[in-house]
Amino acid sequence: MDMPTESEVLSGAEIVIRSLIAEDVEYVFGYPGGTVLFIYDALFKQDKVKHILVRHEQAAAHAADGYARATGKPGVVLVTSGPGATNSVTGIATAYMDSIPLVIISGQVPTTLIGNDAFQEVDFVGITRPCVKHNFLVNDVKKLAATLKKAFHIATTGRPGPVVVDIPKDITAQMATFDYPQTVEMRSYKPVVNGHPGQIRRAAELILSAKKPVIYSGGGVVLGNASEELTEFTKMLGYPITQTLMGLGSYPATDQQFIGMLGMHGTYEANMAMHECDVLVAVGARFDDRVTGDVKKFCPDAKIIHIDIDPASISKNVQIDIPIVGSVDKVLRELTRAVKETLQKPDAEALAAWWKQIEEWRAIHCLYYDKGSDLIKPQYVIEKLWEVTDGASGDAFITSDVGQHQMWAAQYYKFVKPRRWINSGGLGTMGFGLPSAMGVQLAHPGATVACVTGEASFQMCLQELSTCKQFDLPIKILCLNNRYMGMVRQWQEMFYDKRYSHSYMDALPDFVKLVESYGHVGMRIDKPADVEGAMREAFKMKDKLVFLDFITDQAENVYPMIAAGRGQHEMMLSPNKEEESI
Amino acid sequence: MRHIISVLLENEAGALSRVAGLFTARGYNIESLTVAPTEDPSLSRMTLVTRGSESVIEQITKQLNKLVDAVKLVDLTEGLHIERELLLMKVKASNNNQREEAKRLVDIFQGRIIEVSENSYVLEVTGRGEKIEAFIKAIEPSLIIEVVRTGASGIGRGNRSLQV
Repeated sequence: MDMPTESEVLSGAEIVIRSLIAEDVEYVFGYPGGTVLFIYDALFKQDKVKHILVRHEQAAAHAADGYARATGKPGVVLVTSGPGATNSVTGIATAYMDSIPLVIISGQVPTTLIGNDAFQEVDFVGITRPCVKHNFLVNDVKKLAATLKKAFHIATTGRPGPVVVDIPKDITAQMATFDYPQTVEMRSYKPVVNGHPGQIRRAAELILSAKKPVIYSGGGVVLGNASEELTEFTKMLGYPITQTLMGLGSYPATDQQFIGMLGMHGTYEANMAMHECDVLVAVGARFDDRVTGDVKKFCPDAKIIHIDIDPASISKNVQIDIPIVGSVDKVLRELTRAVKETLQKPDAEALAAWWKQIEEWRAIHCLYYDKGSDLIKPQYVIEKLWEVTDGASGDAFITSDVGQHQMWAAQYYKFVKPRRWINSGGLGTMGFGLPSAMGVQLAHPGATVACVTGEASFQMCLQELSTCKQFDLPIKILCLNNRYMGMVRQWQEMFYDKRYSHSYMDALPDFVKLVESYGHVGMRIDKPADVEGAMREAFKMKDKLVFLDFITDQAENVYPMIAAGRGQHEMMLSPNKEEESI
Repeated sequence: MRHIISVLLENEAGALSRVAGLFTARGYNIESLTVAPTEDPSLSRMTLVTRGSESVIEQITKQLNKLVDAVKLVDLTEGLHIERELLLMKVKASNNNQREEAKRLVDIFQGRIIEVSENSYVLEVTGRGEKIEAFIKAIEPSLIIEVVRTGASGIGRGNRSLQV
């Protein structure tokens, strides 16, 4: 197709494709069906937008999501009406909870049939309303291009999120003049970007007055591309920094000022520092219940500064003393400047005492695990993964599914660059790992992409092994196979008197044979001594998808842990650590 | 605390269900909700009455503001404002006693009789919610055939206004 010129008359389907080209869309993740046949026909007649055929629409949304997380660009999904659309809902909700920019184009039955319970009709705008940033039903082909422009604009600005554009089939066949708008002006949607100068000044004063400060940063720093600003700000102050599951990588985890992830499975030093701090600087984080534990016991002595692009995140769960609404990169730059302009320095004596305390907490080594075991310890696998993928360089991309393996990956893989840790934090979607890795690998064809998964999560989207074969995606899949839904088992052990109700993974497939049947390479590893060798061998196969089935210790639990409803300081440490610490 | 929140919404299909959906999804209380287009056909004005603690009301206003279709919003209860509700009531009026009773109460409440038929009257009363409730209580229950209330609408006093 040629570049758009002003007075071209095109079909709705062609307008969709040309709009995607105008938005520089590289990949569309989708699955054809009745109501999108015109769009697929238009897709067929061009070669600028590449289509990745998934094997289930949930995976289309996850793959687009992985692409978006790894690049910062919006991911695009194309699904048909009815079941195609509903299958994608889990992926849309996943993106919504983690504020990932997606544009989902869904087919709809012709306008003349809407409301008639037509074949493959579902009220997709209605179904997705609570899990999208916004959605549209296009009822006029003349509005199609402008609607798509709005969808990309809304998805990628402010607090990002998924936007659905539902297009009835007859609209895709009708003709209209194509004139893709260059800009969007919406009176009802104007995200605040610049922080309030007075608030920034007050925040700078409070930050400098701190005796026991903590910086707590989240996914907003990754989404807002503010890693450099965060690092400069943190380095300037010399304060300890902790990060949420979603924030990992936006400050180098190998740095001494990093005190680990916080929250339910955060480090002892991070959670204790949060509990004792007098000034908390929250940056692009949303005080999720997995972070705060019991909000009544959350940071009892702290004055809290909260920087966020979403005003609705401020004082939602925890009352904030100094809110600053704006994009995190800009606000952090302004705040860094405001601190410098005071010509004051942090209280060196108080800070030295604070670090001494933190180092005492750190000396407990809360991530200790038994290294002498005959069984493969999952933590060991992750530590080896960090070495084998040259973790210090921070170049590898690690996706994960949801459960124990996700927590171990977050705890033991020290991320040093942003957009390298790809996981479903908010919704906690099992099945996310493999399809999101496909999006990551397509975005970065030469990069090392590993998916850390478990045998339960993996089976939720394993059909995508076929997609990986078709598009030659050499993902390395590390399955921490403990024959249990590990996190469910852990909770049943701790809180349900070891009644392991339906958490056992019976009748597992032979994963090696399974992946081989798709044309991939499979390996089964059941001895600790073989872990590193197998991993090195797998990562050497640059053009092959390799599935590593690690048969791990079934009884291993994730520690430290704050039980739901407890305070940050009420942590359970690994049993072999308990006596010597709390 | 009871709050009256006025919202200017893009007059788009589905805008109302976005607001209603927000209240159910987040478990906010909703007492009444009225919506109609304004003098500008591209805008609807919605008035909703809700109850909640200060922090809940703060979240409600923020979440409403966050809706892409919401153009502007004001919590009328933060300042001086006028609040009105319309009541339409059909009452039995098949004998003189019933007709006189209806006429007498309508006069006291400064309402009107807007339809007269052989056996019934339709009454119209406007006012704040309390006045409407007082009127309903004042009428002998056995005379009431039908009650229709609109829910509150409101507008700021003096210089307070909600415009684009």
